[in-house]
Amino acid sequence: MKLDTQLLADVTAFLNIEADILDNKDYLQWLELWLESGLYIVPVDHNATDYANSLNVAYDDHEMRILRIERLTSGYAVSTQLSEKTVRTTSRFRILDDVDGLVRVRCAYSLYENNKNGIRCYPANLQFKLVRDGDSFKIAEKIVKIMNSSQYLTTVSYLF
Amino acid sequence: MKTETKVKSINSIADLVLDDRVHKSLYSDKNIFEEELEKIFNNTWVWLAHESELPDAGSYKTATIGRQPVIVVRDRKKKIHVMLNRCRHRGATVCEGKSGKTKAFTCPYHGWGYGLDGSLRAVPKPEEYENILDKAEFGLIKVRTESYKGMIFATLKKDLEPLDDFLGGAKKWIDLFVKQGGGYPLKALGDQRFRFPGNWKIQLENTTDSYHFPIVHKSFIASVDEQAAEVFDFLDGDGFVEDLGHGHSVMVMIPELVDLEDNLDEPIPARYSDLAKQLANEGHSDLEVRRLVRAVGGGGFNLNIFPNIACSMAFFRNLVPISANETEIHHIALGGEGAPEVFNQKRIRIHEHFQGPMGFGTPDDGEAWERVQAGSMAGSDGWIMLNRGMSKLSTSADGNVRGAVCSETGMRAAYQQYKKLMATPSEH
Ligand code: FES
Ligand SMILES: [Fe+2]
Repeated sequence: MKLDTQLLADVTAFLNIEADILDNKDYLQWLELWLESGLYIVPVDHNATDYANSLNVAYDDHEMRILRIERLTSGYAVSTQLSEKTVRTTSRFRILDDVDGLVRVRCAYSLYENNKNGIRCYPANLQFKLVRDGDSFKIAEKIVKIMNSSQYLTTVSYLF
Repeated sequence: MKTETKVKSINSIADLVLDDRVHKSLYSDKNIFEEELEKIFNNTWVWLAHESELPDAGSYKTATIGRQPVIVVRDRKKKIHVMLNRCRHRGATVCEGKSGKTKAFTCPYHGWGYGLDGSLRAVPKPEEYENILDKAEFGLIKVRTESYKGMIFATLKKDLEPLDDFLGGAKKWIDLFVKQGGGYPLKALGDQRFRFPGNWKIQLENTTDSYHFPIVHKSFIASVDEQAAEVFDFLDGDGFVEDLGHGHSVMVMIPELVDLEDNLDEPIPARYSDLAKQLANEGHSDLEVRRLVRAVGGGGFNLNIFPNIACSMAFFRNLVPISANETEIHHIALGGEGAPEVFNQKRIRIHEHFQGPMGFGTPDDGEAWERVQAGSMAGSDGWIMLNRGMSKLSTSADGNVRGAVCSETGMRAAYQQYKKLMATPSEH
């Protein structure tokens, strides 16, 4: 196996920035990381492949991403008013392939949330499709496979 | 005065339910919860599945009646069985996972094998059972099951009235609800499951609570177009709540959307114009396009069936009691079997927009329910008020008690059934 450590370093840097932006709830900056045609998906069933025709926890195109951010920041939603703090760590980055400027990556992810019920942890596998954009990337697809999403979750008021 | 009723003066749980209020201990008392499992969930019809969740011979779904694990399965002849999920040898569950397809149920412990109808087929190393094990007597224990319009219910009570009688006035509304397949048979398209730290009755009440909608769901309303926001502005409209008997009730929020086969000639709302165009391009007739578009957002009412299922506008809401202060909710998305893909896709997207752990509606509901549970711990005594709309009741054409759309008529209906069941003496 040939290792492209430069690409790995670039991808890791980019995705760590994404995680940092989300922990800081800088949602408008987060939007800029995306291709407009990109999809943000949190599936229920980890074996699903046809997400468009499956029921997901979230399936956001550009328009829904904007609406979701408005919801999370407007102050209208009672579940977001005690704005929960999150800490996320990403690790175990692996480049799956790099074809025609489209890089497929997966990594391990854990999100810790602090709310009135205490600290909760969501372990997940993340899958990205990234498109090269100058020195950086744009997100063409992000799939968040939360470990227990097919059993049960609790309600969440942030982005994974 | 009722407000001065001291909980200490109350002898039975049924006394905690008055006509216009219930005692807050119904949300948090562990002994009451145990008694509810026995007197309610083990004692009435409980919804388990929709037939479309079991499409083929061998399709199964695991579920619970109260806290008891059961299997719902379709056998080779397509007949549906409900069985306790417990091996007759030393009691292991024989089926795990949410749903799937199998040829048989094999116990993981010592390998007893059961057919799809629950009959015990094979026992490894049978010699030691010579003359002492009659296989015919050791099938999985069957639970009585009946269905209405694809909705599968079961009961542990052998002499309970037929499902048809139990549903009674709710049947008319189920008949209307199934029309949202848009001319195709109703089909479950998957479920989202989540838990909240609160009592199951808080969710039961919520399905017939339209009073909270403009407050709790302000952020959802802000996320839809003006035309849709107007549709959801129903508190001052002609909606109503009707007590359907047996604890069931219907809350009609949008009267124009009660019958999805009516008014097919109405203009197509802007938010569905892309869908209409796509369907027309696929060659569907104008009438068919209109029928699908009218059905895509679901019906204008919530049917609350006591104790654990609701036909809620466009989806099934199934509640599963976990403990006095924890409840699991299943939101089951629905579409049409064989309906155009774009129609089912749109229904799924609409569902995801409001429902589930990351929907624009559910998390805010969840927060309100959590607060009710937390608030119920305040004070040594206190009541949950259910008297809204009580002074303005009327009688519906069907002869039912009817209140305003934002009255608490449906909650009172559910709690009167609750009271009746809880007042039944224990069988042991
Ligand atoms: S417990 Fe099932 S075979 Fe022994
Ligand atoms: Fe709600």
